[in-house]
Amino acid sequence: MGTFHHDTSPLHGITVVVETRSGEVWVGRCHDEDETRVLLLDADVHRPDAAAPDRAEWLGRAARFGVFPKHRQVVVPRAEVASLTRLGELA
Amino acid sequence: MPYSPLMVRPMREELTTIGVRELMTPEDVDAFMAEKSGTALLVFNSVCGCAAGMARPGVRIALGHDKKPAVVASVFAGQDVEATARARSYIAEIPPSSPSIALFKDGELAYFLPRHRIEGRNAEAVAADLTRAFDELC
Repeated sequence: MGTFHHDTSPLHGITVVVETRSGEVWVGRCHDEDETRVLLLDADVHRPDAAAPDRAEWLGRAARFGVFPKHRQVVVPRAEVASLTRLGELA
Repeated sequence: MPYSPLMVRPMREELTTIGVRELMTPEDVDAFMAEKSGTALLVFNSVCGCAAGMARPGVRIALGHDKKPAVVASVFAGQDVEATARARSYIAEIPPSSPSIALFKDGELAYFLPRHRIEGRNAEAVAADLTRAFDELC
């Protein structure tokens, strides 16, 4: 079940995890997504070269509490998306 | 920008009519948080669809459970902005989200249900999470 909007993606308003082919992991509120891109609001990112925390720890904390909104709006090109899942499914 | 008070009133009343105390100023929040004994539930209310369809009904169902917090209050994110900011300052290590629900025990955060564990579910599932926390902590 998405939110109560009928003219947007089923993921509109849902907090999602976007894993990219380059190893970045974005967590944010999906505003819209289609065959060209995923548009996230209030997002944070974990990059593969991050010293700490590691990816699993970062995702684990995100799954428990969410993320601080460090990026107001992010567009991830669909071609770079390796997976798109609901953060709630990780909790 | 806050919505019209007229539009938001039913969203407030959905909680106040079941005994939830609204904290509308930072001073209200400080007074609520000053009580350090027992259990207290704080609901971060909001205008969004997951507050209407899942969070508020979930709280209503959960508060019908045998075990429940001694006191229950709410702040309204996006409406009572200063009160919400003050409430969030007490759990500054937790990313802000609304709706969300915090359960305090003896003044310490003991359980937190963030927005992403409310959205996309139903009121019964939210209530089940809350009542599990009530059984454990209250």
